[in-house]
Amino acid sequence: MSAVSNGARRRRIAVVGAGLAAARFAQQFLESGGEAELTLYGAEARPAYNRVLLADVLTGRYDPEAITLPYGEPGARLRTGTEVVAIDVRGRTLRLANGESAAYDELVLATGANPVLPPLRGLYADGELTAGAHSFRTLADCARLAEDAVRARRAVVIGGGVLGVSAARALAALGLPVEIVHQAPHLIERHLDEQAGQALRRGLLALGVDVYPGNRARALHGDGRVTGVELANGYVLAADLVVIACGARPRTGLAHSAGLAVRRGVVVDDCLATSAPGVYAIGDCAEHRGTVHGLAGPAWEQADVLAARLSGADPAARYTGSRPLARLTAGPLEYAAFGEVGEDLPGTDVLRLADATRGSYKKLVLRGDRLVGGILLGDLGTVGALTRAYERDDPLPADPLHLLITQGAAQW
Amino acid sequence: MTTTDTHCPYCSLQCGMRLGAERGGAVQILERPEFPVNRGALCGKGRTAAAVLSPAARLTVPLVRDGRRGRLREASWPEALDRVAQGLRRTAQRHGRDAVGVFGGGGLTNEKAYLLGKFARVVLRTANIDYNGRFCMSSAAAAHKAAFGLDRGLPFPLADIARTGCVILVGGNPAETMPPALRYFRELRENGGRLIVIDPRRTRTAELADLHLRPVPGTDLALALGMLHLVIAEGLVDEEFVSTRTRGFEPATASAMAHWPERVERLTGVSVPAMREAVRMFAQAETGMVLTARGAEQHSKGTDTVGAWINLCLAVGKAGRPGSGYGCLTGQGNGQGGREHGQKADQLPGYRSIEDPAARAHIAEVWGIDPDELPGPGRSAYELLDTAGQDGGIRALLLMGSNPVVSAPRAGHVAERLRELDFLAVSDVVLSETARLADVVLPSAQWAEETGTTTNLEGRVILRQAALTPPQGVRTDLHVLRELAAGLGVDKGFPEDPEEAFEELRRACAGGPADYAGISYQRIRAEDGVFWPCPDEHHPGTPRLFLDRFATPDGRARFAAVSHRPSAEEPDDEYPVYLTTGRVVSQYQSGAQTRRVPELNEAAPGPFVELHPHLAQRLGVTDGELLTVRSRRGRAVAPARVTDAIRPDTVFMPFHWDGAGRANSLTNPALDPVSRMPEFKVCAVSVERAAAS
Repeated sequence: MSAVSNGARRRRIAVVGAGLAAARFAQQFLESGGEAELTLYGAEARPAYNRVLLADVLTGRYDPEAITLPYGEPGARLRTGTEVVAIDVRGRTLRLANGESAAYDELVLATGANPVLPPLRGLYADGELTAGAHSFRTLADCARLAEDAVRARRAVVIGGGVLGVSAARALAALGLPVEIVHQAPHLIERHLDEQAGQALRRGLLALGVDVYPGNRARALHGDGRVTGVELANGYVLAADLVVIACGARPRTGLAHSAGLAVRRGVVVDDCLATSAPGVYAIGDCAEHRGTVHGLAGPAWEQADVLAARLSGADPAARYTGSRPLARLTAGPLEYAAFGEVGEDLPGTDVLRLADATRGSYKKLVLRGDRLVGGILLGDLGTVGALTRAYERDDPLPADPLHLLITQGAAQW
Repeated sequence: MTTTDTHCPYCSLQCGMRLGAERGGAVQILERPEFPVNRGALCGKGRTAAAVLSPAARLTVPLVRDGRRGRLREASWPEALDRVAQGLRRTAQRHGRDAVGVFGGGGLTNEKAYLLGKFARVVLRTANIDYNGRFCMSSAAAAHKAAFGLDRGLPFPLADIARTGCVILVGGNPAETMPPALRYFRELRENGGRLIVIDPRRTRTAELADLHLRPVPGTDLALALGMLHLVIAEGLVDEEFVSTRTRGFEPATASAMAHWPERVERLTGVSVPAMREAVRMFAQAETGMVLTARGAEQHSKGTDTVGAWINLCLAVGKAGRPGSGYGCLTGQGNGQGGREHGQKADQLPGYRSIEDPAARAHIAEVWGIDPDELPGPGRSAYELLDTAGQDGGIRALLLMGSNPVVSAPRAGHVAERLRELDFLAVSDVVLSETARLADVVLPSAQWAEETGTTTNLEGRVILRQAALTPPQGVRTDLHVLRELAAGLGVDKGFPEDPEEAFEELRRACAGGPADYAGISYQRIRAEDGVFWPCPDEHHPGTPRLFLDRFATPDGRARFAAVSHRPSAEEPDDEYPVYLTTGRVVSQYQSGAQTRRVPELNEAAPGPFVELHPHLAQRLGVTDGELLTVRSRRGRAVAPARVTDAIRPDTVFMPFHWDGAGRANSLTNPALDPVSRMPEFKVCAVSVERAAAS
């Protein structure tokens, strides 16, 4: 730690960002006894909030104010609506959009990610998203979407990944007929196999969500306001509300301009340190060992490691990676998926249990006595035991069949 | 046969019992069905408690050690007391008053705890007094006080459990630790109430539950936060209660939002559907209680953990109403009273703060000294022992009613530290493992032989009455304190008569949070105990607290803004398994008493390592085989007990024994920042078959 401690001046830590990673870092830093003048710079006007819960803000399950996160207040200071526009890593100074500059001793980049907006004809009007078209990443997005949803009659969600499914489910919960247009052959192909994707599709259908897999959106129709989504095959889905859920891209502009090593994300080592001294990166903007996780779990873990290091609670703490887990609880739809779930991995065994009547599907992929992946859909009784075994890389018992059965899991 | 009504010497239930003394000295333990807490029922420990009264099982003569390497030899009382006075005085002269420490116990009566604290502050004038209750319920006490402004284990009589709608029991196993209390949990279910047990082990108590959640050791805090999250998400908040009777809901909500259910599932291993079921069961019940015990509390985040469970009660309006509330199942016999009357490092009698000038003035007046003569707060139990014999630490120690060589965390280290003391005096009933290290051992009278009050887990002040005369050669702790005070130049203020001591205690605690001013021996006898606070003789006592207001200045309960953090030590490649420690039904605490009862020893003859068949299979271990368990602090060897009642990532050891199988050789002394509670309930260990030799 290169805390500059000349005389009475307190060490200053600046955190760029006010999302989950930033808030957890600040809160843990102070709780672990860290001593610093800690400032979070949030570009949004809102205090820190938990993005994971946005879909259920849309359904009305949470008030928008209710998903606020603790960020170590009053020990830490949050400057909302304060965009950082440049970093001078040599001078250890931030430049803010309002022209101010702010000196730091250590800097934590937790800038998050931007939604990916695909090249759709008609997506923009006058440099803004066409009326009726929405991204779904911030509370402001959520508020606009909720407002539009009141008047909307049909919604289309472009993208059938984790976010798209969760957005579609939320819109359906508001009583809208919803269609998902998804490029891949089945839903959430990054985490689910085909059978699970199909099962999920059936579950969505029961909620009033139609899925068009293997289809690409090409254009938005409408003059000034969306009236439909044109698919690559020429078919047009009528819609007055469109949600773009095509993934997210690490927000790295600031780091890049400052000369930090950036690939897909801001490159960090096991100490979460970037290529510049005194500068760290965590959460959705960070790339660690070639991976940008883009999930809340790893962001939390990175925040904890960095807080332990910088607070002095555990200066030797290291982040060695996370085993990612996709998890959705959305009314009647519930799934967990982790690791490798393909069938064609050499040296693996696959255990599977499908119950079409109850809509549950479970699959485990084993290599020797280790769990390398799994899917649970519908019945999640064993999820705790399985995800822990996966996360800790625990050896499984000689007869792992019972891992598929909830009764058996209760014995764990 | 003459009979005397009294109470059990063991746990915080303080079951009523009747002692029948026959001519010739034989003692019978009889039922006392009219006493409300246990209604006549006794567990195996209580039924056999008389065995420790036998001269063969106990000390009947003082022992002294000549020189550092000498052996303990028998001595007269005058010689032994003189040595203690000299040992304490010499250390104070050489190293200052704070180099003399006092260590008490949660088994001591209120009178003893009170006078021991007074002895430390008035005679020794040391800041360094603490006691083993620090290892017991200090986290619950701290959280309780922060939330409600007052710490009394249960804010309602135990019997209320049978009539509530839903109980969440976190890290408690009354089926083994206080069997006579189990009837209330059974009655709860017979009356249609629900029981949710949260424990990594499927204990005998968990087997009674409607729902058993099995979190990873050290994650109860995350679980409570995740459940609060679900309460909010599902619209189950009791808005009216929250807005009229609490403060701090907003920051608590923010903490809960940072612990969304899917994240908590990952941290705890408890599935979201199971959490949801628990939340609905609890919130939708008309009334409900959360009870915590050591499993939730003995962590380096124990205070925050209890705070998070209290939050859950407050959010759904289950506190400060009849049939609802948060409670702690206190452990030791006088765990409650023992923490109220001044043997705690930061406390003066009546649960007063030693840093509060008004409290200091009041106590100084009762004690007839200048408030400035009162020392300030001293070191907490583990810190006191950890610095023993070190520069700046204590050099001499007077220890009463505790056995830290078995019961302290990192016990091997604690034993070493005690050996480094210039002087150690121990007053105990038996030659405990700690007494063996002493320079002077004083044989003390036992529960059946002396009168005194204890305060049970309900806050009910009860009276133990002497049924027997102690054997020759045995004296009471009050006698010892009076003699030592006199030997150190204070010949007033240390009554040997317990009732006289209690009368002074009443004056000392009058006006404090734990106010006994209106309680007398006579009233206790007539009323089956009196619940504090009881500020005057016409006051009926307070069986149920907080019904109108909480004991905070504005009458509102406080939410705690807390976040989950990992345990001080999490498993890694070298130490890949969690160790959690606890108790078995036939032994009590460090086993100093119960290991001397043949019946109990037969039922629970020694330590063991409980492990899951999957782990056993992986280690190639069969039931009964000796295992070596290692941690960064030490090692322990004990036979395997293979059972699917435990998680495969965790092993369990009971801590009642010394020697090779001492569980506390392994435990982690990482302390809670507020309560200074050590992390007994979780550390990382490796497990392997013991070498064939």
